[in-house]
Parts: sequence; structure tokens; C-alpha cells
Amino acid sequence: MPSPDIARVSAQIDQIYRNDSRRIFATLIRLLGDFERAEEALHDAFRAAMEKWPSEGLPQNPVAWLVSAGRFKSIDKQRREQRFEHLEDRPDVAEALADQAPALDEKEELEDDRLRLVFTCCHPALAPDAQVALTLREVCGLATEEIAAAFLTPAPTIAQRIVRAKAKIRDANIPYQVPSRDELPERLESVLRVVYLVFNEGYSASSGDSAMRADLSGEAIRLGRLIVELIAEPESQGLLALMLLHESRRESRATPDGELILLDEQDRSRWNRALITEGAALVRTAIESQRLGPYTIQAAIAAVHAESPTAADTDWAEIVGLYDLLLRITPSPIVALNRTVALTMRDGPEAGLAALDALLGEGELDGYQLAHAARADFCRRLGRHAEAREAYQRALRLTSQIPARRFLEKRLAALPE
Amino acid sequence: MKYLCLVYLSPQEWSSAPDEACMACGNELRASGHFITGQPLHPVDTATTVRVRNGRVSVTDGPFAETKEQLAGFYLIDARDLNEAIQLASKIPPAQFGSIEVRPTRELQVSPQHAAAAAAP
Repeated sequence: MPSPDIARVSAQIDQIYRNDSRRIFATLIRLLGDFERAEEALHDAFRAAMEKWPSEGLPQNPVAWLVSAGRFKSIDKQRREQRFEHLEDRPDVAEALADQAPALDEKEELEDDRLRLVFTCCHPALAPDAQVALTLREVCGLATEEIAAAFLTPAPTIAQRIVRAKAKIRDANIPYQVPSRDELPERLESVLRVVYLVFNEGYSASSGDSAMRADLSGEAIRLGRLIVELIAEPESQGLLALMLLHESRRESRATPDGELILLDEQDRSRWNRALITEGAALVRTAIESQRLGPYTIQAAIAAVHAESPTAADTDWAEIVGLYDLLLRITPSPIVALNRTVALTMRDGPEAGLAALDALLGEGELDGYQLAHAARADFCRRLGRHAEAREAYQRALRLTSQIPARRFLEKRLAALPE
Repeated sequence: MKYLCLVYLSPQEWSSAPDEACMACGNELRASGHFITGQPLHPVDTATTVRVRNGRVSVTDGPFAETKEQLAGFYLIDARDLNEAIQLASKIPPAQFGSIEVRPTRELQVSPQHAAAAAAP
């Protein structure tokens, strides 16, 4: 046997760890039925690889090797804990266990395990906060400290949420499986919600340092891809499309010193074309299903923006139509507010203002900064400067986010006396 | 695995699920092999609370009736996992008027010697 260079092998192990450790972990959870044991087994497996591979060379299927090694070591440990004889002294038992190991040659099975893990972590019987933390920790492999930093929450709080959720999974026996067909739509909704929340936390300009935020969005997109690969439901495609289309504008949303740039003022040449092409294609596939959900419609709106060469070319009639559809499926004052902005672009600020004032009259948007910012903008376009000033001031009182404040202050200062 | 499904109802909805429906639900659970036991309860104003403090038994009326949902009955079921338990609980008629709290049960953690000693005549 050739003796491979130790440095090269450990670099390969590093790479396998980076690319595949979460998949291996997910499979170990299925095989061992326990988070803690799987975590331990994962480390044992990689330790064993570090010991054996430099002299023996890489096995033909390193991932399958690691899964088997982790499983074997964990079962051996459990036996020893139960004061049974050492497995090595019982070749018959060891052999029987090895036989039970499922065939792991297929990539598909490992990916299924990751998806099972996603569904377990996003189980509706777990608190929403815990679903997010657990998914990031167990599926994406983020450290507790990283999750804490991203959500501006103390690390012990995050750790506690994760510990409590794992205890509930164990004690209440939350199964480790992809839900059956009749449960799927509802359960998928909760998974997609977690993924979108992770994405938004990474995309929102409100908090945390920017590198960490981009990582979070990246994780959400990776999860979105995994879900689309394994569950080709229109809404999983819609969500992935929505995330890709937003992501395509990440670099052009703000100036280097963090000032917001609105959609119509962004440098469209900086939009990521590859992401737009992929996102727009997914939107079309999702729409062809004829089963339109809120993510798909929002993605369709984002695609109209992404595909118009200039802000002036935007097909506002199409966008208003999509908002009408969205309102019908998910009535919400925020969606209605966004619709008034599109309406202003299609029919002029007078129509937009009338719709917005009717909406504000219902009272639900009173404390919502963006509603007053929109009113200010409509009034400014109509030359009603005093009303615009008042609305900008009201919006300012409702926001503490620095970039949003700076934007509103700039607009306020630009109003003619 | 055994789950206790605790049925909670507000006083206004106390009798909304007819006994016939609850009986049918119990029969279905029994037929599918999930039923262990179950029983409806009288309202909470018939309850008596027993505590032992410093070796003394204290008995009080209540808990005091509140307008919130109160424990109205229970089903002890046998389910494969929480998903199956949730699915079975959703079929319990009062789920439409009140709520069903699904709680995993646990076994007492005693050493085998202790259990044997306790069982000895």
C-alpha cells in the first residue's frame, strides 16, 4: 500500500469535515436515535479517520466509512456503559451490528437524513425561537456563539433554548422523519418559515456585522436548495427563488458606509445575473404548478423587478396584479401597504395616497414606520410638503434603526421649505 | 410510547362535545389499538386539593374556578411517536372547542432491586 503524505490526508479529512460532517451527523442521529450520541460519534469517527487514514489511505467511500465508524464506536460505548463484555471479545455481535449497517453508498440517503433532521428541528411542537436556533446549530452546524451574535441574543439564552428543545425531542419522542403526504403541506410551511426567517435575519440591514449576516443568508439558501431538491413543492421553489432574487441585490442595497439605496436608485449592473436567472426560472416552474402560494407570488414580484432593465421599465401593472393575488391568499396590512406603493407607480401618487389613507384609517398600521414613510413619499411627489414633513417626522419617531433614520432625515432635509 | 391527552375546556364550552361523540372517539381509538384508558371529569368546582406539608394533610376546596380552560377529561393513549399522538389527539371531539394538551408519560426511575423489594409481600 502506498504511504500517502500525512499532510495531504489531513487536508482531505478537513475538507470532508467541512463538506460532509453535517450530513454524516444527520445520518448518525437516525441510526443512534439521539443528538448527543450522534455528536459524540461524529467526533469519534473523525478521530478514528485521523488515526487510520494516513497509514491506510482513504477508503473508497470516506463518508460511508465515517458513518459506520461513528455508529460502531457509539454502540460499542453503549455496550460498555451497560457493563456488557467488550465488543471485540464478541466477534459474532460485532459482525451482526456491521450487517445491520444500511447501505450508505447512495448520496440520496444521506440527503434524506438531512431533510429528516430539518423537519425534526422545525417541528411545530417546538417553540419558534427554538426551531430557528436548533436548525442553525444542528443542520447548519453553526456554533451557539455564532447564532447568538446573529440574533443579538446572549449565548446562554440560545444554549438553553437548544438544550430544552433537544430534551423535548427526546422525552416527547418527536420522530426523526419526513412527514407523510397528508401532513406535508403544514409541516413544510413551518420549515419554510424557519428558512425564510434565517434568510431575513441575514439580509436585513438592521443588526449584527455584515459578514455574519451574509453567512446566515448563505445557510438559508443552502437549506432552500436542499428542500427543493428533495421536495419539489411549488412553495419550496418559490421560497428559494425569493431568496435568490433578494440575494442578487445584496451588494447594491447600500452605499459602502451603510446608507440605504432604494430599488429604483440601485445600480442594476451590480445585480447578480446568475442568481436572477436561476431565481426567475424557479418562479416560472412554481407558477406552472397552478398552486400559487405566498412565497411564489412574492418571488414573482421580485422577478419582475429583477428582470426589468431600468426602474422606469418596471411593469407596475403586473406588480399590482400580483399584490392583489397575494392579498387574496394572505390578507395582511403590510401586503396592502406594499400594494399602495405599486399602485402609486402605476396610477400616480394621488391613487396611491387615497388607498394608503384608507388603509391607515383602519388603524393597524399606525405604529408602522414604513407606512408613514410611504405616506411622506406620496405627499412629497404631490407637492404637499407640509404633510410630507409631518409624515417623515412621524416615521422617524417610530424607528431606531440607524440606516433607516439616516435615509428619512436626508429626505426630510431635502423637502423645500 | 404512552401519551396522556389532557382535555381542556372553558366553562362555556364544557358540554359542547356530546358524550356520544366522545364515546365514538374512544371506540375508534380502542379499535385501532391506541386506547389505554380515558375518562371525562366533573367541573373544577367539584375538585378537592390535597397537600401534605410537614407530615400534615391539608385539604382545600378547589382549585378556585377561573374563566380559563379547565381540565375536563383525559385519554391515555399508546402512540408510536409525537406525530401519531398529535394526529390522534386532533380527533378528540373537544379539540374543536377547547384544547388537548399532549404529554409524554414517563416510567418511574427505580432500581430493579428497589422495585422487587416494593413488590415483595
